[in-house]
Amino acid sequence: MVRPIRVLVAKPGLDGHDRGAKIIARALRDSGMEVIYTGLRQTPEQIVAAAVQEDVDVVAMSILSGAHNHLFPKVVNLLKAEGVDDVLIIGGGVIPKEDIPFLMESGVEAVFTPGTPTKDVVDYIYNNLKR
Amino acid sequence: MEKNFDGYEEIDKSYNNWENNKVEKIKLRFPERKEKFTTSSDIEVKGLYTPLDAKDLNYVEDLGFPGEYPFTRGVQPTMYRGRLWTMRQYAGFATAEESNQRYKYLLEQGQTGLSVAFDLPTQIGYDSDHGLAEGEVGKVGVAIDSLRDMEILFDGIPLDKVSTSMTINAPAGILLAMYIAVAEKQGVSSDRLRGTIQNDILKEYIARGTYIFPPEASMRLITNIFEYCSKEVPQWNTISISGYHIREAGATAVQEVAFTLADGIAYVEAAIKAGLNVDDFAPRLSFFFNAHNDLFEEIAKFRAARRLWAKIMKNRFKAKNEKSMQLKFHTQTAGSTLTAQQPDNNIIRVTIQTLAAVLGGTQSLHTNSRDEALALPTEDSVRIALRTQQIVGYESGVTETVDPLAGSYYIESLTDKIEEEAYELIKKIDELGGAPKAIEKGYIQKEIQSSAYKYQMEIESMEKIVVGVNKFRIEEDAKSDILRVDADVEKIQKEKLKALKLNRNNEDVKTALNILEKKAQTDENLMPYILNAVKKYATLGEICNILRKVFGEYEQTVIL
Amino acid sequence: MNLEEGLLKGDKKACARMISLLENDDKEAINIIKRLYKNTGNAYVIGITGPPGSGKSTLTDKLTKELRNEGKRVGIIAIDPTSPFSGGAILGDRIRMQDLALDKDIFIRSMGTRGFLGGMSQATWGAVKVLDIYGCDYIFIETVGVGQSEIDIVKIADTVLMVMVPNLGDDIQALKAGIMEIADVFAINKSDLGGADKTQLEIEMNLDLNEKSNYRPPVIKVSAVKKQGINMLLENILEHKEYLERTGELNKSRTVKNRNLIIKLVEEELMKIILDRTIKEDLDYLSKDVTDRAIDPYTARDRVIGGAISTGVKGYSFKK
Repeated sequence: MVRPIRVLVAKPGLDGHDRGAKIIARALRDSGMEVIYTGLRQTPEQIVAAAVQEDVDVVAMSILSGAHNHLFPKVVNLLKAEGVDDVLIIGGGVIPKEDIPFLMESGVEAVFTPGTPTKDVVDYIYNNLKR
Repeated sequence: MEKNFDGYEEIDKSYNNWENNKVEKIKLRFPERKEKFTTSSDIEVKGLYTPLDAKDLNYVEDLGFPGEYPFTRGVQPTMYRGRLWTMRQYAGFATAEESNQRYKYLLEQGQTGLSVAFDLPTQIGYDSDHGLAEGEVGKVGVAIDSLRDMEILFDGIPLDKVSTSMTINAPAGILLAMYIAVAEKQGVSSDRLRGTIQNDILKEYIARGTYIFPPEASMRLITNIFEYCSKEVPQWNTISISGYHIREAGATAVQEVAFTLADGIAYVEAAIKAGLNVDDFAPRLSFFFNAHNDLFEEIAKFRAARRLWAKIMKNRFKAKNEKSMQLKFHTQTAGSTLTAQQPDNNIIRVTIQTLAAVLGGTQSLHTNSRDEALALPTEDSVRIALRTQQIVGYESGVTETVDPLAGSYYIESLTDKIEEEAYELIKKIDELGGAPKAIEKGYIQKEIQSSAYKYQMEIESMEKIVVGVNKFRIEEDAKSDILRVDADVEKIQKEKLKALKLNRNNEDVKTALNILEKKAQTDENLMPYILNAVKKYATLGEICNILRKVFGEYEQTVIL
Repeated sequence: MNLEEGLLKGDKKACARMISLLENDDKEAINIIKRLYKNTGNAYVIGITGPPGSGKSTLTDKLTKELRNEGKRVGIIAIDPTSPFSGGAILGDRIRMQDLALDKDIFIRSMGTRGFLGGMSQATWGAVKVLDIYGCDYIFIETVGVGQSEIDIVKIADTVLMVMVPNLGDDIQALKAGIMEIADVFAINKSDLGGADKTQLEIEMNLDLNEKSNYRPPVIKVSAVKKQGINMLLENILEHKEYLERTGELNKSRTVKNRNLIIKLVEEELMKIILDRTIKEDLDYLSKDVTDRAIDPYTARDRVIGGAISTGVKGYSFKK
């Protein structure tokens, strides 16, 4: 039996716009992944705790409030501090293109902006898993 | 009732003739682009509409005259011939000082009303120094921690001269109290204040997510505001029942109407249950809708919503005052239709959406800026968005007559269809026990999510074309002139809070909060006690924490 | 860190990885369990079942907080259905347990039902054992609430808590068959909404008809959201535990469970051996032959087993 890919779909920060996160969650499910959905208003600490306990292959975060430059790197660093180094970390939301290099330097491995087909996200995950 | 046209049989005959000969023949040579054409709500669109489609229309009963029941054609008799809609750009970011500058700029540019955006910590009742506020302070709106910030926000803006709309929900009563207190300091009494608070908690549970308290306590706070304002702030719109965010979350036009009006019904019921007379508060209810791209469906949507609400208020709630039956609404163009790709294209989308809102008879309008799929809008972008409204208002001529599309076979048939389908959905929600119950069961959320998912899949399968996204793409560089909120805002707000707590009379604050806590456990109207605490410079977070202690916090129902 | 060491030291990462590996039937993980099995037996397993929407997650959250107040370490396994079409799943039970996530003595794991027809999989059992070794005093298993998992929970849990809500109406009739019997404690959740007394009466009447042992399941009215009756509910769960321990029933029922488990493990392993050793094409031919009525399904079965086992490990023979 092949274990399905496990993905944590999380909404860090305070914004309540979860249309994108839910669509992604559903698309990942429909492609055969197990999606752990954590709901709104997650602190970076909560996200990392969930990622560890659920032993996920991917952490996918969505932010639309503009707090990405603060919150995404924080999750990356906390994961590192926990010694988690084989999880693929991706992000999405209303993110200006010029912020993407900074986020990628911080350890977010892909950033998906509005208009990205869900299939691209699915394919990206299948092709870039770290374990 | 005599029909205004009685040649239906003849039309029917020639219609069939035309369809069977002309249309079928041409289709053989030039097939149509799609097998079936539909609106966003999956209403089938025929190739041609004729008098047959408006056969059952009873002019006086179904349309009537502008300013008269059932208000299909508009809530005022002369509409934009008297005065154009209020051009109201939602704005606010960073500190109160910076937002104050933006408001003054907008007023100088000819904007006629203010619309305040608050940052997320403010909307969720946290002060800027709260742990969860980290990274969010001043991001999507202005950070307001206490009356002190509110005083700065409206510095030099005479509150008896502007009307102010505030997008605030869970802590709406607190921000309204701050506004009243600022006005008082300016020497403006509360009965002269004009404006709106969003104050619509049900759609927060459904779609927008900035809730704090559980439904029961939230509904109580809302009816407290209704009651308080009916006496003390009579010109204030106490709620803006919002379909906007429901649509943004992925609902169709029909769902937007149905779920918004179902929320409206729940508020009216709650107020009546709290002992208020329907005609005392209903005239101050207002609505807030989305203007999407499907031009005709949107126009029909606004007309259908007006007619349906009028009927509900008259028949279901036995309102006597005509003002109680008028659905007045603010419109915002659809943020979800903006693309990050080729952002200038968004100007054209916003123009179409502006036309929809104006032809649908909106009372006020916010036009989105082209760069909002990327970040907060720059001053330039905001100006273009405002100019779009001004061009439609002053140059296009669509404002010169009232409800110009009435009588269009297509528009009338769509209006009927939307009303009918929305009514069916409302009936279903009634069967579930009303909107709060339907939300608790996740019914409304689930319906919206299905529509959102379907829409996304249609784009991915190219059934729906979004220019610049799944077709007509180009390589683009990163856009560099976007607005950035200074990271220092959080620091500044934290320092301001510290200073505030040093300089205010902390004993007075404590007493005011204690009284509020006690009163929250009774059935008394909380507004006077909130106003009292605000005037003593209790912070937003302190007041919300007291209420959290008494009411508890809402837990999200997630249905996926 | 070495998995075995980590697990023994109570490292969450090691614990999480072990559960995944067992889900995957990983040999090394199985060997670790073989070595550490003597360390199990401390955890008491509570199954939570009941219809969807009855508030199982919120109740689990509140019960966990009570146990934490007593200094206990708690594990939670939350099961959601796997889509039979895609094999994927959305696991959303953590949403209701947000403030538990950061507690160092709470471990929450979400699992899909995967290929097990909505029932408990062997992986659930594996997760229980891992959490036991990890040092949990109590382990909650929250079921999907429909289908086979509701019945299967008795095969794994020491105490089964059945969560009901008022005004189920005719549903309670449906519940009578089979499902009522597995409950050791009933909780009527959302009892602040009214109608709870009637539901309580209905359950009590039902229990009157089915009385067969010295232990009678208590029926407790609670409101998870309003945090009412949680304490009382926990007391009743612990009373059931104490009853099982006092009467020696706990060991007896665990032995029965282990018997079932052994059979289940043998079944799964045998199936795997047989399928591993059966050439896919052979199976295709056999299936077609059965369709064409060239052979019957029983003969096909004998051939598959015969083929697999005759080349198989010594000592196993299915030929009479």
